[in-house]
Amino acid sequence: MKSLTVRGWVTLGVLVALALLPVFVSVTGREFFLVLATRLVILAIAAVSLNLILGYGRMISFGHAAYLGIGAYAVGIPAYYEIYNGFIQIGIAIGVSVAFAFLTGLVCLRTRGVNFIMITMAFSMMVFFAFVSIEEYGGDDGLVIEVRSEFGRWLNLENDTVLYYVCFVSLLGVLYLIRRIVHSRFGMVIQGARGNEGRMQSLGFDTFRYRLVCYVIAGALCGYAGALLGNFTSFISPEMMDWTRSGELIFMVVLGGTSSLFGPVLGAGLFILLEEILSGFWLYWQLIFGIFLILVVLFAKGGIDSWLGRNPER
Amino acid sequence: MDWTLLTVQLLNGLQLGILLFLLASGLTLIFGIMDFVNLAHGSLYMVGAFFCATLTQWLDSFWLGLLLALPATAVVGILVELVVVRHLYERDHLDHVLATFGLILVFDTLTQMIWGPDGQVIPLPAWLDGQVSLGGAIEVPTYRVAIILTGLAVAFGLFILVTRTRLGMQIRAGASNRKMVSALGVNIGLLFSIVFVIGAVLAGLAGMMIAPITEASIGMGNQIIIVAFVVIVIGGIGSIKGAFIAAILVGLIDTMGRSYLDALFKMFMSAQNAETSAPAVSAMLIYILMAVILAVRPSGLFGPRGH
Repeated sequence: MKSLTVRGWVTLGVLVALALLPVFVSVTGREFFLVLATRLVILAIAAVSLNLILGYGRMISFGHAAYLGIGAYAVGIPAYYEIYNGFIQIGIAIGVSVAFAFLTGLVCLRTRGVNFIMITMAFSMMVFFAFVSIEEYGGDDGLVIEVRSEFGRWLNLENDTVLYYVCFVSLLGVLYLIRRIVHSRFGMVIQGARGNEGRMQSLGFDTFRYRLVCYVIAGALCGYAGALLGNFTSFISPEMMDWTRSGELIFMVVLGGTSSLFGPVLGAGLFILLEEILSGFWLYWQLIFGIFLILVVLFAKGGIDSWLGRNPER
Repeated sequence: MDWTLLTVQLLNGLQLGILLFLLASGLTLIFGIMDFVNLAHGSLYMVGAFFCATLTQWLDSFWLGLLLALPATAVVGILVELVVVRHLYERDHLDHVLATFGLILVFDTLTQMIWGPDGQVIPLPAWLDGQVSLGGAIEVPTYRVAIILTGLAVAFGLFILVTRTRLGMQIRAGASNRKMVSALGVNIGLLFSIVFVIGAVLAGLAGMMIAPITEASIGMGNQIIIVAFVVIVIGGIGSIKGAFIAAILVGLIDTMGRSYLDALFKMFMSAQNAETSAPAVSAMLIYILMAVILAVRPSGLFGPRGH
């Protein structure tokens, strides 16, 4: 058997800990940890999906939280009309995310650099303001989801442990999918275009199409994470797609380490834990958080992944 | 047609455009020259407003408050440049975005620690607080007219600075070829710092001018900064002229859309449908404008080609 590196052990350790967490909760009775871990796992899915475009494709999207919102409202709005069928809701979440990513991607991907960052941000704020101004679905005040998605008798999401395992298995599935994508011919083209787009084009690849498909996949996965988030929080509001939320997602990815499969999961984990611990003992915890963020950018290039011994410039 | 309402709305749109220009001109200069993405630009807008509020309350004079808040905001700008921004010029955009996002958290929290969670009111002097007649029965608030005139004056001054002075020449040269300028012996580091501080002061001024209307509040810069981004993307990054035209365009379209779109929609759909869809569409209007312009010209109206 191949011996594991430090990174390998940490990855394995985190996954085993997440898998066994409900057992720990049922023994100690501390429901709180289950809530925390569910949030962590859902945001980890979002971060992993963002990493597909941000890390592997170097498309710095500052509007990824829009998909969390779209996914959540795809659960909330049908539930508002008493449609609780989970297959329909998740279908809407992914379908609308794909459509939104495709349409905005057609415009965004024509631009580069700073323009790309700001346009993705602007489109996400467009969705934000659209939901703020639709009074029917609560506008600013948001929407309460009273019944979680229904998947028939064999999968009852109303049980918090079941919801957690659905999220956890989803995370594993998304990680596997991203791994397959990254190592496929498609993934190689995306990564090649990150390094030198002109060269990929002269090799005959229509990089715009590849990037667009990649952008749509990332949006669809994050829309799915949003549907899970809607089920989990049971209260959704436009605030969850505010551009600062997108900033937090980018932070998770960079904190964990870009263009590594598991890095964003570690980043999301550290982010959630820090947020939880700091907010517990100081009202103005965001000050420390902000300074920490600046310090990570200035001094800790490569994120957690490189602390664990991975060369960021692979 | 209600002409008074139309005039007032036009002025509101113009006022929003002017404020957006003050924010966007600094942003676009910083982008154009340093290729630096400054999300925290909106924080300087907020800092300016809070400084002006406190100084006005202490000194009991809006003018003195405004006058002293400008250098105070400049000092904050210098500190930010010195401590954080300077170390990031050589990094990529992702690092800029993250570090300045961290700065926003720091600024928002510090403001809350110092001023508390509530907004700060800025009282206006009596002669600015009234209405002014624009011929006939049309009356508009004096202060809004004052904002527009001040903004136009600043825009004119900035235009002179950029096109007619030595500093402006260096700024324009820096925007088109940074390496060449520094090879010709211009202290590019100092130039960067100066431009950053000019941008900070302009953003602070915008915050100070809006605060008497909306009051100074935490996070007030975080919404408008997005619109300022839309402005510079439409105008073309690095172009002051583009920023001005796009700012006025966005200000007018946004304001007019919010006041007249439902009436327009009612012409070709039922009143109920118009009332539900108009607010959502008008909120999205400037983004749609941006998408259309970018679809035709990916580098904006006045942006450098192939940048």
